[in-house]
Amino acid sequence: MKILTGNDLVTGDVIWWTGDGWSRHLEHAVDVDGQGEAIAAREEAARHVNTPYVIQAEMTGEGPRPAHIKDRIRAVGPTVRPDLGLKPADPTIGDWVI
Amino acid sequence: MYQYDEYDQAIVDARVEEFRDQVRRRLSGEMTEDQFKPLRLMNGLYLQLHAYMLRVAIPYGTLSGKQMHMLAHIARKYDKDYGHFTTRQNLQYNWIKLADAPDILAELATVEMHAIQTSGNCIRNISSDQYAGAAADEIEDPRPWAELLRQWSTFHPEFSYLPRKFKIAVIGSEEDRAAVRLHDIGLQIHRNDAGETGFRVFVGGGMGRTPMIAPVIRDFLPKADFLSYMEACLRVYNRYGRRDNLYKARIKILVHEIGADEYRRQVEEEFLHTRTLGLDAPQAEFDRIAAHFAPPAFESGLSDEIDRSDPDFALWLDQQVVAHKVPGYAIVNISLKPTGGIPGDASSAQIDLMADLGETYSFDELRVTHAQNIVLPHVRKSDLYAIWQKLDAAGLATPNLDLVGDIIACPGLDYCSLANARSIPLAQKISERFGEIGRQRDLGELKLKISGCINACGHHHAGHIGILGVDRKGEENYQLSFGGSGAEDASLAKIIGPGFSEDGVVDAIEKAVNVYTALRTDGERFIDTYRRVGEAPFKEAIYG
Repeated sequence: MKILTGNDLVTGDVIWWTGDGWSRHLEHAVDVDGQGEAIAAREEAARHVNTPYVIQAEMTGEGPRPAHIKDRIRAVGPTVRPDLGLKPADPTIGDWVI
Repeated sequence: MYQYDEYDQAIVDARVEEFRDQVRRRLSGEMTEDQFKPLRLMNGLYLQLHAYMLRVAIPYGTLSGKQMHMLAHIARKYDKDYGHFTTRQNLQYNWIKLADAPDILAELATVEMHAIQTSGNCIRNISSDQYAGAAADEIEDPRPWAELLRQWSTFHPEFSYLPRKFKIAVIGSEEDRAAVRLHDIGLQIHRNDAGETGFRVFVGGGMGRTPMIAPVIRDFLPKADFLSYMEACLRVYNRYGRRDNLYKARIKILVHEIGADEYRRQVEEEFLHTRTLGLDAPQAEFDRIAAHFAPPAFESGLSDEIDRSDPDFALWLDQQVVAHKVPGYAIVNISLKPTGGIPGDASSAQIDLMADLGETYSFDELRVTHAQNIVLPHVRKSDLYAIWQKLDAAGLATPNLDLVGDIIACPGLDYCSLANARSIPLAQKISERFGEIGRQRDLGELKLKISGCINACGHHHAGHIGILGVDRKGEENYQLSFGGSGAEDASLAKIIGPGFSEDGVVDAIEKAVNVYTALRTDGERFIDTYRRVGEAPFKEAIYG
């Protein structure tokens, strides 16, 4: 699957395209199929997102899993500071990244 | 310390308001990201993996307690309660909101700080010796010259759009604590045969994709010609530096391609012209700047005796405290490398504590080192125990200066959008593997440096042991190299063989260290043994 990501223009937060908006949570990301570039252009022009780009991901039982480690780290926050990420109480988050 | 005059303050204040308007226009849609990006970068604002990152300039690594407190305040108010001290003697905040950036810069401006020259293809923040003005081996304090360079280079109309970024370091000692030969320009104050002080000028060093050690372009530059010669060095680069290829745009490539002799010839030719332009600071202006760096009011007659009865204090004393040029005083190194910690990170509370210590015990001065530690430059020996107790209570008294646990590491893939692999977790694992301080001290000086990509912000080329993180088919992989040095015996580390996983590289370091301990002679550091015996026994032990 292909999913669309970028950073929130105002906060810089990592965000994911949900089909009708943006979420900070990767599990809300949807397959953009062949529409990713068009959605990215439209959303960037509307200042809903900064520097959006399409990435490869795999759908798993826990939701989408980005193909590249860089985007997996983007999804959860710095692996060395899990307390600052979106799932500070999840002890398996480091394993998920790798 | 230098204090802004009305012009400095007016320039910085105006820049804040200019950036405030630029941010407003970006948020309102009047500017696209392509239009805005170069403007935010000129104000130190990057977009990294998780958020905007703001890099604050700390000119030549020197700051006051008030400035240090401001860094803590910003971390607490606008970020996530911590900051990261960098290998360029600066500080980075990792979680900045775009809308807050102008207010942050405005708050910085109230304590004579900014984020100018921390990005872009300009002359970057000038770096220097963290022991400047305090070192026992110093010929002359390099900071007035660094400050002169700062004033000359800030918004220099001719050098704001260079082919690539440009880094200058200045030192005033024979011992090189600022890696001058690995800078675009390195300046070393020294004496000529006539006993005059001037500058040895190195040009064309650097790390990154194509590491090079800078050759000497001028062995003795009289002080009177300082800026006009710098102008000539930059002009030749600006004219002939490669703008067609990002990876060949640094001055080191130009100097390498045309040769040091030809570069020197061109600089000297240009210098004949620039020295007629009245560019050099009048003596009165230099004296005004230098007066800000006059030695503090050291007391005389202080005792050099220190009570070493507390063994933990004595250990810290031996490792973290170095000689000061004034009897009764010492230089304190504060380690930001707790065992298993994140190199260079400090919480707001820790930053505040260090600020307090600087104000109370070090004539209101602190320094940031390129090795990501903090220095209290002027401390009475009689105050050392009190300082140690406060540092120890705050987790800032790890006695590992220049030991294997004193690892330089870039933010790596945990934060940086350029990185290919994580640096910090590897630093943490190595730090824990060699956590026992007694063993670290037995191994002696061992400078281990980790970069998460080829840009080499972790200075891996200059590590006695250097590690470069790479992306190998989507997996993090680490190349191990030996033999680098950023000191006066500068050398570039050489890759030892195929790369490793994260755990594999830690094991490989253990094997290399065991080779060293087996082969070393009395007094030899790791790098000395490596240079003497060569790579073969290390390679054999690691790859068998």
